[in-house]
Amino acid sequence: MTLQTRPTLEEFGAESWMPSMVSISIIREIGPVIIALTFAGRIASGIGAELGSMRVTEQIDAMEVSGTNPFKYLVVTRVLAATLMLPILVLIGDAIALYGSYIIENIKGEVSFLLYFNKVFDSLEFSDLIPAIIKTYFFGFAIGLVGCFKGYYCDKGTVGVGLAANSAVVFASMLLFILDFIAVFITDIFVEI
Amino acid sequence: MEQTQNISIEKKELVPRKLMLEIKDLRKSFGDNHVLNGFNLRLFEGENLVIMGKSGSGKSVMIKCLVGLMQPDRGSIMVMGKDITKLRQTALDELRTEIGFLFQGSALYDSMTVRENLEFPLRRHKHKFGNISDTTQIVTEALKSVGLEHAINLMPSELSGGMKRRVALARTLILKPKIILYDEPTSGLDPITAKEIIELMRRIQAAYQTSALIITHDVDCARVVSERMILLVDGINYAEGTFNELAQSKDEKVRAFFKQ
Repeated sequence: MTLQTRPTLEEFGAESWMPSMVSISIIREIGPVIIALTFAGRIASGIGAELGSMRVTEQIDAMEVSGTNPFKYLVVTRVLAATLMLPILVLIGDAIALYGSYIIENIKGEVSFLLYFNKVFDSLEFSDLIPAIIKTYFFGFAIGLVGCFKGYYCDKGTVGVGLAANSAVVFASMLLFILDFIAVFITDIFVEI
Repeated sequence: MEQTQNISIEKKELVPRKLMLEIKDLRKSFGDNHVLNGFNLRLFEGENLVIMGKSGSGKSVMIKCLVGLMQPDRGSIMVMGKDITKLRQTALDELRTEIGFLFQGSALYDSMTVRENLEFPLRRHKHKFGNISDTTQIVTEALKSVGLEHAINLMPSELSGGMKRRVALARTLILKPKIILYDEPTSGLDPITAKEIIELMRRIQAAYQTSALIITHDVDCARVVSERMILLVDGINYAEGTFNELAQSKDEKVRAFFKQ
C-alpha cells in the first residue's frame, strides 16, 4: 500500500500524511479483514477437513457411543480457540504491517523510526482500535463455527471431506464480508469517524 | 413391497437367562427406501448372537438405532430394561457405558496415542472406577487382554489393521460393558488376523461374561462365535436358529449365505 500510494501523495507534496493514512487503513479495515481471510483459508479448511474425516471414519460416532459429548469436545473447543486467537493474530499482523510500511518509507524517503511511529500513534484513537478488535472476535467465532459445522455434518465419504474443507473456506470468507459490513455500519452509528 | 416368508426354526432354551436387549417391530425408512420393516431381536445374558445379511439389508442401520446414533421411525429398543428411544441425553450417555461398540473401521482417534484412545472414555465415566486419578492400571489391563501392552505409546498410524482392531476392542472393553456390539469385526483383515480376532472375541466373552451381538458376513466367524443366528433379509428376521440349523436349511435364500 505504501509503495503504491506514495507516488500519488508525492504529486501533492503530502508524503507526510503517509503514516496516518497507512495506520488508519490497516488498523480499521485492511488488517482485520486480510488476516481474517487468511485465517479462514487456513483454519476453517483445516477444521472442516479434520472433523469431516473424523465423521467419515466414524470417530465422532465412537465418541458418542462412549458416552462423551463430541459436540463439546470437538466443536466448542475449536470455536473458542478461533474466537480468542484471531484478535491476537490481528494485533501481531497490524504491527508487522506498520513496520513494513515504515521500512518502505525509510527506503523511499528519509524518515526515522521515532518520527514515523509518532505520526502513526498521533493519528490513531481508541475509536479506531476498539471496534476493529471487537469485530475480530466475531470473525474468529464465525470462522470456527463454519469450519466445525461443515466438518461435523460432512457425508459422502472422502469426496465429502474435500467438499467440507472447500465450502468451509468459501462460506466463512463470504460471512466475513457480511460481518465486516455490519461492524462498520454499527461503528458508524456509535463512533464519530 | 414384496413380502418375504418368515422361516422360524424352533429354539430350545435350556436355562432361562436375563434379557439384556430386546428390539420389537423396528422400522426405519429413508424416503422411499424401507430399510427395516419390523425387525425383532432378543439377546440374553452371556449369549453370542450373530446377525447375517447382505449389504444394504439394514444391519448397520439397526445397530446404529441400537446405540442411539439413529432414531427409528417405529418400534422399541429395550437395553437392560430401558427404552433407548425415549431416554434423555444424560441417561442415554450413562446407559451407553454398558454397551461396547467395535466399529468396522476400528474408529481409533488418529490424533491420540493408544493410551489416550483408551483413556478417552474414562474422562467422563471415572466414577465407574471410584474416581481414580491414575488410569494407567486400567489401560494396561485392557491392552493386556488384547495382547498389545507394548503398543501403549504408539499412534494409530503406526499400527497394522489387526492391531488397530485389537486396540479398538480394548477401548470397547475399558468401561467394562455388559453388552458388546461388533460391526463386521473381521472385515478387511487377512484370514489369519481374522482368526486371531475371532479367538480374541471368544476369550473376552469368557473372561468378561459379556453378551455379544455380532454383525458379520464371515461364515467362519459366525460358525465359531455364534450360539444363535438371525438372517436379516429385506429388513425383517428371515430365519433364526443355531448355525447348524440354518446351514442345513432347504430354503434358497438361507442357503445362499452359506455358499461362500
